[in-house]
Formats: sequence, C-alpha cells, structure tokens
Amino acid sequence: MTWIVKNLWLIPVLPMLAAGLSALAPQRCRRFSATLAIGSMVVSFLLSLCAFAHTLKQCGHEAAKEVFNFEWLRFAAGDAGILKLGWVIDPLTAVMLVMVTFVGLLIFIYSLGYMAHDENFTRFFTFLSLFAGAMLGVVIANSLLLLFISWELVGLTSYLLIGFWYHKPSAAAAAKKAFIVTRIGDLGLLLGMVWLYSKTGTLLFYDNGTGCLETSTLAKAFPFDDFGFIPLLGIALLIFIGTMGKSGQFPLHVWLPDAMEGPTPVSALIHAATMVAAGVFLVARVFALMKPDWSAMAGPHTLVSLPPPDATVVITWIGAITAVFAALIAVAQNDIKRILAYSTISQLGYMMLGLGVGGVAVGMFHLITHAFFKALLFMGAGSVIHGCHEDQDIRHMGGLRKSMPVTFATYAVGMMALSGVPIFFSGFWSKDEILHAAHGWSVSRGPFYLGVFGALLTAFYMTRQVCYVFFGNARNSRRKEAHSNAECGVRSAESKLETPHVVSYKENGAPHESPAVMTVPLVVLAAFAIVLGFIGTPVWPWFQEYLSGQPATFDFGKLFQWEILSLLLLSSVVVAVGIVAGLWFYWLTPVGKAAEADALERVRPDVFGVLREKFFVDEIYEATVVRFNVWWAWVCDWLDRWVWDGAVRLISHLVLGLSWLNRFIDEFVVNLGFDEGCRRISRGGGLLSRLQNGQVQNYLRVIGVALVALVLFLIWGGGK
Amino acid sequence: MNGIPLITALTFTPLIGAVVLAAMNFQNKELVRRLALGFGIVSLLTAGLVWKLFDPASVELQFVERHAWIPTLGVDYFVGVDGLGLLLVLLTAIVTPMAILVSWKIEKNVSIYFSLVLFLQAGLFGTFTAMNFFHWFIFWELSLVPAFFLIKLWGGPQRSPAATQFFIYTMAGSVAMLLAFLGIYLATGTFDFIRLAELARTGELASALNAKLGWYGLTREQLPLVIFAGVFLGLAVKVPLIPFHTWLPTTYAEAPTATTMLLTGVMSKMGVYGFLRLLLPLFPEQMRMILTPLLWLAVITIIFSASAAFAQKDLKRMLAYSSINHLGYCLLGIFAVAKFTGNDAVLATEKAAALNGVFLQMFNHGLTAATLFMFVGFLEQRSGGLRGLNDFGGLRKIAPVFCGLMGIALFSSLGLPGLNGFVGEFLIFKGVFPLAPWAAGLSVIGLLVTAIFILTVLQRVFNGPLNEKWSNLPDLTLTERALVVAPIVPMFVLGLWPRLVLDVITPTVVRMVEQLRF
Repeated sequence: MTWIVKNLWLIPVLPMLAAGLSALAPQRCRRFSATLAIGSMVVSFLLSLCAFAHTLKQCGHEAAKEVFNFEWLRFAAGDAGILKLGWVIDPLTAVMLVMVTFVGLLIFIYSLGYMAHDENFTRFFTFLSLFAGAMLGVVIANSLLLLFISWELVGLTSYLLIGFWYHKPSAAAAAKKAFIVTRIGDLGLLLGMVWLYSKTGTLLFYDNGTGCLETSTLAKAFPFDDFGFIPLLGIALLIFIGTMGKSGQFPLHVWLPDAMEGPTPVSALIHAATMVAAGVFLVARVFALMKPDWSAMAGPHTLVSLPPPDATVVITWIGAITAVFAALIAVAQNDIKRILAYSTISQLGYMMLGLGVGGVAVGMFHLITHAFFKALLFMGAGSVIHGCHEDQDIRHMGGLRKSMPVTFATYAVGMMALSGVPIFFSGFWSKDEILHAAHGWSVSRGPFYLGVFGALLTAFYMTRQVCYVFFGNARNSRRKEAHSNAECGVRSAESKLETPHVVSYKENGAPHESPAVMTVPLVVLAAFAIVLGFIGTPVWPWFQEYLSGQPATFDFGKLFQWEILSLLLLSSVVVAVGIVAGLWFYWLTPVGKAAEADALERVRPDVFGVLREKFFVDEIYEATVVRFNVWWAWVCDWLDRWVWDGAVRLISHLVLGLSWLNRFIDEFVVNLGFDEGCRRISRGGGLLSRLQNGQVQNYLRVIGVALVALVLFLIWGGGK
Repeated sequence: MNGIPLITALTFTPLIGAVVLAAMNFQNKELVRRLALGFGIVSLLTAGLVWKLFDPASVELQFVERHAWIPTLGVDYFVGVDGLGLLLVLLTAIVTPMAILVSWKIEKNVSIYFSLVLFLQAGLFGTFTAMNFFHWFIFWELSLVPAFFLIKLWGGPQRSPAATQFFIYTMAGSVAMLLAFLGIYLATGTFDFIRLAELARTGELASALNAKLGWYGLTREQLPLVIFAGVFLGLAVKVPLIPFHTWLPTTYAEAPTATTMLLTGVMSKMGVYGFLRLLLPLFPEQMRMILTPLLWLAVITIIFSASAAFAQKDLKRMLAYSSINHLGYCLLGIFAVAKFTGNDAVLATEKAAALNGVFLQMFNHGLTAATLFMFVGFLEQRSGGLRGLNDFGGLRKIAPVFCGLMGIALFSSLGLPGLNGFVGEFLIFKGVFPLAPWAAGLSVIGLLVTAIFILTVLQRVFNGPLNEKWSNLPDLTLTERALVVAPIVPMFVLGLWPRLVLDVITPTVVRMVEQLRF
C-alpha cells in the first residue's frame, strides 16, 4: 500500500482542521483564517494530484481500487458486529478530488476579493473550509455510512452558508428550506442505508470481495429468483431519493433556487460545482446497486435472459424531466443567479439522465465539465453583481461588455460551454455523450427527445441572459438610485439589510470591472471550460476509458461514423437554433427600459407567466405539504391539550368529584347521623348528669320524695 | 476492588451532602454553593473511578456489595453496576454538577435548595445501582420527593399545580408497579432482579404466578400480562410514553432550569432503565404477545411528540416534547428487541445494534437535552423570564458565541452526524429496520419533523433582523462559556469516537440479547 493510499484521509481532514482552528479564532483574525483555508486547500489539491497520478499509474491494472478500512465501532460480538469505515482510491475518487480541490481553491481565492468587506469574513472562510472537508469526505468515503456522515455535514455547511447573511429574513428562510428539503431525501438515504446494511451485513463499498458493491456479496444478499430483485430495487430507489434531494431533482428541486440567497462564491462552489453534484456522484458510486449486473450475480450456470427491472429507468426519467422542467423555468427568470440556479438543476437532470442511460462515465463527464463552466458562470455573475452594487436583476443591467471586458469574455466562454457550442467548448462534448447514450436507450426514446429539447432551451435562455446583461444600452436605474443616495449621504433602512459590502463599496454609480483577485480565477476556469472537452471526445475518449480502467485509444475515424456524426450535427443544429432564437428576440430589438415587458411575454403572456412563477411548485407545496404540516402539528398539540391531557384531567376531576362525594357523605350522612346521635346521647347524658350534681341536699330531697311516694304506693295497696 | 464499597460511597456521598446542608442550614450562601459543588465533584470523581476500574471485558455485575437487610422479606442490600448502570451513573454524575453550577444565582433558601439537589442525585445513584426491587423502589420513589419540592418552591408561575401533577401522576404509575411487584413477590418470594430474571428465563416466573395467584379465573396467559401491565404502566409514565406523558411538558416548563436539566437529563432515563432492567428480562414473553401495539405506541410517541413540539411557542415546552421524541426512539429500540427471532444469529446482531443504540441514545440525550435547557435558562436570565419562540430574533448579531454554541447543541439534538446524537439514532434504526421495517420507516418522520422545529428555533431566535429590544443582550460570560463547553466537548468526542462508550456497554448488551433468546 503506497503512501498516498494510507494518507488519503489528510485530504478532507486538513480543511476540516483549518475550519476548526479558524472557528476558534476571533473575528478580527481575517488574514489568519483566509491563509489557513487557502493553505489547507493548496495542500489538499497537491495531495489530490498525487492521488490522481497514482490512479494513472494503476490504470489498466487489476487493482484499480485501493482501499483502507478501519474499525469505527463494535456493537456486537463477532465480525458482523464490527462497523468499519474507510476510504477508497479509484479513478472516480481521484477525478472528483482534483475537481473539488481545484475549483474550490479558485473559489476560495475569488472569495478573498468578493467577501473582502464583509464583517464576518473569518466565519465565511471557516464555513467554506468545513464545506470543503466534508465534500472531500463524501468523495473519498469507502463506506456508505462515512459518505452519509460527510453528506450530512455538507448539508450543514450549505445551510450555514446559504444563511450566511442571517439578518436577511429571506436568507434565513432559504437556509431552512434547503436543509429540510434535502433532509427529506436524506431520510430516504438513511432507510436505504440501513436496509442495505441488514441485507449485506456491511456498508463498505469495497473490501476485497466482501464489500456491499462487490458481485459476490450482492449475489449472496440478493438471490436471483422471482422476488430477489425487489429489496435491491427498493434500496436503490431509497438511495436515489437521497440523491434527488441533494442534486435538486424534480420534485425536490425547490430549495436550490432559493439557495441563491447565499453569497455568490457559495453558489458557485456549493450550489453549482460540487455539493449539488454529490448526488450524481453517489449514484455513480453505488452504480452496482442502481444497475446490478444480474448475469454476473446469478453465476455462470443461470441464464439471465431478461434482467429484472432496476432503478436506472426511474433515474433516467426523473433526470430527463428535471432537465426540461428547469430549463423551461430558466427561460422566464430575471434574477441573474436564479437563471443559473435553474440551469444547474437542468444540467443535474442531464447528469442523472446520462447515468441512467449511459452509465458512470457519461454522467461523470458532464459532472466534471459542468463543474468548471458553471462555477465560471456563477463567479462571472458574482463579478457582475459586484460591479452593479448588489443588483441581481438582469433587467437593470445591459451594456456591461464595455465596462467589464474580462468578465464579459469569460462569461461568454461559460455561456457557450453551457449552451454546447460545437467543437471548442467542453459542454458540447459532454452533452453530446448523454444524448448519444439516450438515443441508444432500449426502453424508450422519450428521454432523448426531452434531452434535445432541453439543449435547445439551454442555448436560448443563456443567449437571453447574455443579451440582457452585456448587450444593449445601460438600464441602470437602481444604480442611479444608489448613486444619488450616496451623494445625499442618506442610507435607507432597507439598504442596511442588504449585503454588508454594499455599504462599504465606493459608490461611483458606474459599473466597474472587478479586481484581479476575482478575474484571474475566471480566466483560469474559462481556459478549463474549453480544454476539458477534449479529454472525452469520441475521437479520444480518454476520460471514459480512464474511469473504467482501460487505456484510451486515438481513433480519428470515429468522428465520421454516421451514427456519431449525425448526432453531433443534430446537437449543433439544435444549439444554433436556440442561439439564433435568443438573438432574434433579445439582440435584434434590444431591451429598451427595465420596466419593459419581456420579448417572449409579449408573444405569449400566459405561458410566460406560468414559467415566471416556476410552474407554481412552491405555491403548491405551500398549499399542501407545508399547510398539512402546520395543521398536523396543531392537531397533535390539540390532542395533547384536550384528549390526552383531557383524559387525565377527567380522571383527576372524577377523583376530585369522588372525594367531594365522599366528603359529602362523610359530613352530611355519616357524620351528621353520627353527630346527631352523639348530640342526643350527650344531651341525655347532660340531663342525667344534672341528677348527679354532688349536692347532698338534693340527694336527700330525692330520697325523701321517693320515700314518700313509696309509702303512698304501699298504702294504696300496690304491694300485694 | 472488593475492599472499598465504591457503589455505597457513590450513593452516600450526595446523601451525606444533602443531610449536612439541610441540617446545618448555613446562612453563608457562597459556602453552601461551594459545599454542594464539592459534593457534586466528589461524586463525579467517584463515578470516574468506577468507570476507570470497570472491566469492560467482563459481562458480570461489578462492584457488587451484598448484605442481608430484611432477611424475613428476602430483602438484601444488593448493589452493583454493569455497562448499563455504569453509563447512567456517569450521566448522573456529569449532569448534577452542571445543574449545581447553573443554580449559582439562586438566592432563596440556598441551603435547602442544594440539599434537595444532592438528595435527588443520591436517589438517582441508588436507582441505577440497586439490584433488589425493594431497595430499588425506595430510591425510585425517593427521587420524586426532592424533585417535587424543587418544582414547588423554586419553579415558575404555575409551579404549584405542575408539581402536584408531576408527583401524583408518577406516583400513580409507581403504585401500579408496586402492586405488580408485590404479586411477583408473593408468587416467587424474591425481590432480587437477577434471580427474577433467571426465573423468567426458565419460565418458572409465569408458572409461579399462576400457581400462587389464581385471580378471578384469569388464564395462564392473562395473569402474567396483568402483572406486566402494572410494571409497564409505572415505567411508561416515567419515560414517558404517549398517552402517559401529559405531566411532562408542564413540569419541564415550570421547573427551575437546574431541575429541568436533572429531570430530562437523568430522571427520564429511570423509566428507560426500568424497561431494560425489569421489563425486558422479566417479561419478554408478554412483550412479544403485544409487540405490535407496543411498537405502534413507540411510533406514535415519536411522531406525535415531534409534531407537538413543532406547534409549541415556548422554548422549554418545545424541548420538553423533543425529549419525549428522543426517548421514543429508545422505546422503539427496546420493543423491537423483544421480537421473537429464535436463534437467528444475524438478527441477534441487529438486536445488539438496537440495544447499543438505545444505551447511547440515553446517554446522548441526557447530555444534549440538559445542555439545551441550560441554554434556555441563560436566555431567560438575560430576557427577564421571556423564552417564547417569537420573543427574540437576530440574536446572532449581538451574541454570536451564545448562538454558535447553542447551535451545536441543537444540531446534536437534531442528530447531525459528527455529533453524539447521530450514532445512537443510526444504531437504533439499523437494528430496528430488519426487526420491524414498518416501524422504522414511520419513525423517520420524527427525524424530519425534529429537523423542522429545530431549524425554526434557529430561524426565529438567532436569525433575521435583530429585535431592537434585545440590542443590549450580553453574550455568554467566560464562566458560562466554560459551563457549556464542558458538555459540548463530549458531544464531539462521542460523535467521532463512539467506541469510548460502546466498548464499555457492548458486553452488557450482548449478554442481554443472549438471555433474550430463551
């Protein structure tokens, strides 16, 4: 076992340590915190490169997966009672490690500029480092449990960073929403995990043949008979629910647009490049569960003519629907970050679609290229927002290409990569892979058509956005306002609620280019958004072969096979149509005023309205799920107050009533009778006692009287 | 370690402290506080010593002391600890000094107050170490008395009815349990837990009950079930299990902070402890007979209490319901473990996982809930008694340390991985799922609702614009920081390295599971 395999844990732990240290540091230690975060990220990046190099060296060998497992806890006797965690190094891990640390590092550097004036700068880097550590933990985990632990920590940091400007009620609400919606998915994942654990007896992915993803274990746990596939399908779908939450798949996508309340570097890092892709990564990691290899599991003696249904059908459809659904919404949004957010959802849908129809390599390729160009777009958007004094509404922008040339150039690269402009941009190649796989899907042609339609929409809405932001005339109404406010020296209470660096920024009114610390990362990412495409073309599918552990071959002729070429041409045409349509609507007749209705709105106001309102999904949830939850809580509370407690009170009142009755009987029946009897006796006694008053004269008198009476009695003859 | 009666020392240290403080009735308040803390720390050190000397490899009861007490009744002074008892002794020893420190500012009848706290601690130690029903029951009831007075004399505005309800309700449960045990005693002639468990395993308990107590023509199955129901009622009230829980929210809300910490941190564990020590070993058959209703009760407890917590506007009441919810997972685990699985080794492993989870959850909940109530206490001190969900807002701006640390405790309560709460819940679900999939599946709803109301607390109290009313609210002082960091450190340690506790309790768990198979 080489050094890097043994010490892979350093990659996530270093940023976590940095986070721990800077959490203890006081707010004023800005430099300390930033240095620590960036320093740890640099080291992690270098280590990731080592890991990457290691897998390159291993490429083509049998032992493509190297693991290091250790005992975490022990809950019962014997081997079955040992719970192990561990990490794995394989191409999938390595490529994610490099991507996360590299993009992360660039975004950390960018944040130096973007967050420079924020009073909670130190906390920001604490949370960012914690995020990076947790995300890297997800990547290296060789145990579903360790993955789940890191996964939840990623969710926590996402919560903390969305709510970073916690004084804004919208940010606080968005953070809560993000955590809860993803938690719904996570509970599915938790159930899937314990189910898998109970079936296979291990949560380690790979463990020399006994890991839960390895054929021998799967074959033992899920026998190939009539119903053997059902638990496996159930587990796979439960895990997929977890990934739907994290990766914003329909219908659990609602948190991701709201998550744009966080600072823009956070949107770039967490809600575009890395965390939201963790769901896709998880599906890729446990692909053996999602699409079990039944013929291998059933053994050589069983003929598997028709493999039982597996989860990829669901994954494919959900992915395809998400891709188109979110792209449709993106067409009608006006917030620069929300457009990108819906675009992210849509692209995540593509990745899921790719995984479903084409397997790990197809989905992962798009994940990697998307991470670069979407981070680029978000950071470009951040630069725009920064230059426009925190205004995010594209209707207020316009003509920025002159004042922000670097941002414009890099943004254009990102836009073309995302739209899938042919040949020179990475998005073209990775999206084409997906469409190609969808075209060959045996179950249905539906996802392919959805994918093509989504590609058209993507090109269209990105063109619309770029036209709005960078072309046309400047419609900077809000900036003029800010400008006049600054001149008067008046700052309304509202602007205090805005992000802190509005206040500190020099407000000269005109949009301006961002400082180098922000633009240099943009340029680097733009370069990668172009070149990354060339590692996965049909001519030289190095990336795909690398993931499956085979050496890639260079075959120029593939490009001219009709099957491949036709699809390449088709997607080129689709992209061209989308871009031309976008230009037709938004460039030929430039947007005049900010208040002006959208060009599409003028054509079909009803459709546009539905899209602008995001198909009313939030409202539907508000009216059903949220309201039900509040009602249900009220019912529980009511039951508690009136039924359970009511029963107790009833009993206590019954007891009280009983004791009152008891007292009544005691006092008025028993006591009264008794008392009356007593009173009479005592009265009688009193009367009698008068007889015995101790006066001898009285006694003598009585004796005298009695004697006389006796004598008279005897005289009358009573004594006969 | 047969030479030193450590367990006796453990129980009698706070008892002596209580007597000293009550009898002397010192006027010097500072002296009283220091003395009380001193006794608390001595107890903590003793408990630490027991922990250190405890041999985790052995499954037997350790530090056993056995002396004849009332030979005619078969009552022994019989104490000792296994993994379960040790864990709870340690929890008591940790929470009590925290409670004492939190009460530092109490000015009314200081001497009596601390005497009662120590008295309560002694009752708890006694309950967790006694191995004879007679002896155990004395401590069980004894712990009620100081709790009653602590609520009645130092509580909130509604303290008097709350205290009465608390006392009578739990007393009623205890009476049922006492009657049941008298029946058991009449049938078997022993109060010894270990002996009774043996009798239950061999089936003699049920036959003895039937032979000696032929009540009203109850059948062979019904009679033990009635006895079981008596014990069950006593324990279900204490935990509590819905619908026997209505005393709890009021009591927790009205009790002074330190008492709530002790109530939720330790006293609520008495019920769960009883389930593990009495019900599971003595009545596994009966639990199996009504397993499905029992599981439903646990599931209902989990879901209802979480949802009810979401409806609360008072932080203390909310945490009270959250406490019910967390202990619901413990009961879920215990009931699932009672399921008859024969000699299936795989399921035995699952049972061990669930029981380990239950043990961990008890400890973790004790730590976390006590810490959370402590935070609410600090908040009340600063706000002059206000603790409504909507009374604050944006506190993060002026009290970042307070919010950060309380946030950690809240996330621990939510079951965030990396903190202590997760490990217990994971093991419970891991164990329960194969035993009762539907119950585990439904119970995750509780996890979700817990997340919702905890995040609502964070949103309403800490986030949003600062409520100007509190713009001068002070952050935690250095002493307070030390006080809250003390339990937060173990939250991290147990979350990352749960073996620290698991290695000690696992042998006990494995043995319990083995004995269940008969």
